[in-house]
Amino acid sequence: MTVQEIREKIQAGLPGSEVEIQDPYNDGVHIKAIVKFSGFAGKSVVEQHRMVYATLKDELKAEVHALGLETKVS
Amino acid sequence: MDKELQDKIEGLIASKKIFLFMKGTPDAPMCGFSAGVTNVLRSLGADYNSFNVLSDMSIREGIKEFANWPTIPQLYIDGEFIGGHDIVVEMARSGELQKKIGA
Repeated sequence: MTVQEIREKIQAGLPGSEVEIQDPYNDGVHIKAIVKFSGFAGKSVVEQHRMVYATLKDELKAEVHALGLETKVS
Repeated sequence: MDKELQDKIEGLIASKKIFLFMKGTPDAPMCGFSAGVTNVLRSLGADYNSFNVLSDMSIREGIKEFANWPTIPQLYIDGEFIGGHDIVVEMARSGELQKKIGA
């Protein structure tokens, strides 16, 4: 899973979202996604993260546990 | 998920006010995110129980379905799913976690 693929998957699942991917170690493993999305409004942080995870369902099954996540209402 | 596994998971969560599913143990975490959560709990002086999901594949997979949450660690307080590493760290930063633990 490349950084670009992660961004595309999230944006496809949450249309209109802004996605910033940080790869601080430049290893493609310890990735952090910062997602701004209007659809997060009124939802708890847990629900917001679940919405992002849902767009990466198949990727996360493959034990991509090193995905950091920060969500914001846009 | 079969009932036996669900009962087992619910029993673990109910065994303590603060319960953590993690990789490894608080003294020897086997993943950076699990270590991060135990560090937060230690810094707050939290009294908690934990379960090492690496010791039991059925729990390791079952807990993901149980919480509708794809990653480990998972923190529960008063039986409620709180979140994973990022949420726990953010809640500790904002003071929200301290309130939940003290309540």
